[in-house]
Amino acid sequence: MEVKIDDPILIQRYIAGDERALEALINRHNQRISSFIYSKVNDRGITEDIFQDTFIKVIRTLKRGTYNEEGKFLPWVMRIAHNLIIDHFRKNRRMPMYTGGDSFNIFSVMGDEKLNIESQLIKDQIDCDLTALIEELPVDQREVLMMRIYKDMSFKEISENTGVSINTALGRMRYALINLRKIINENNIVLTN
Amino acid sequence: MEKIYNKKQENSKIVKAKPETVSFLLNYSKSLKITKVKGMTFESNMN
Repeated sequence: MEVKIDDPILIQRYIAGDERALEALINRHNQRISSFIYSKVNDRGITEDIFQDTFIKVIRTLKRGTYNEEGKFLPWVMRIAHNLIIDHFRKNRRMPMYTGGDSFNIFSVMGDEKLNIESQLIKDQIDCDLTALIEELPVDQREVLMMRIYKDMSFKEISENTGVSINTALGRMRYALINLRKIINENNIVLTN
Repeated sequence: MEKIYNKKQENSKIVKAKPETVSFLLNYSKSLKITKVKGMTFESNMN
């Protein structure tokens, strides 16, 4: 027959150096404390974390010899757990964390602007191919296209820089694009992302 | 976005800390040493 030793005696034994007394205390109150935490946070992982932090506080207080609530071990531990639960919710209000469940994942409706590695590789390859194609254009057309696309200049600025009218610059741009398409079609080049 | 009502419920409400957590706490307790010198308390963790 197993003899049940009361909490105050286990605490005394633990303070005196008997580590098994702590094991008995944890095992005795594990379910009640865990269920209490879980009823507030509704997450098993967070329950484990708070349970652990609670007992770290208990251990430190008992070892420091500052525990003085004789006969009220469980309510004392519950109060520590309660305070840690409040800390948890305070911290989460400052830094809300959204996690997805089985039916909903936050990352399915939001994402970053960056391309993934594969798309970035494809884009780099297209940029490289396009640069080679642009080199095939006549100089005047290439000049206008480079200024418009790569330097983001307006046709007014292009005309001022190249010494031709805006209409001529527009015409050169148009022919540059037509010629690029023609080179791409003639050589069966595929540029897609 | 519409509210999602089909939130997954945990099957069991009986919750217990895992044996790993209990084991961690017991090891933490064994490794923690508190020393008091002239009214000052020092904590050391002999891991």
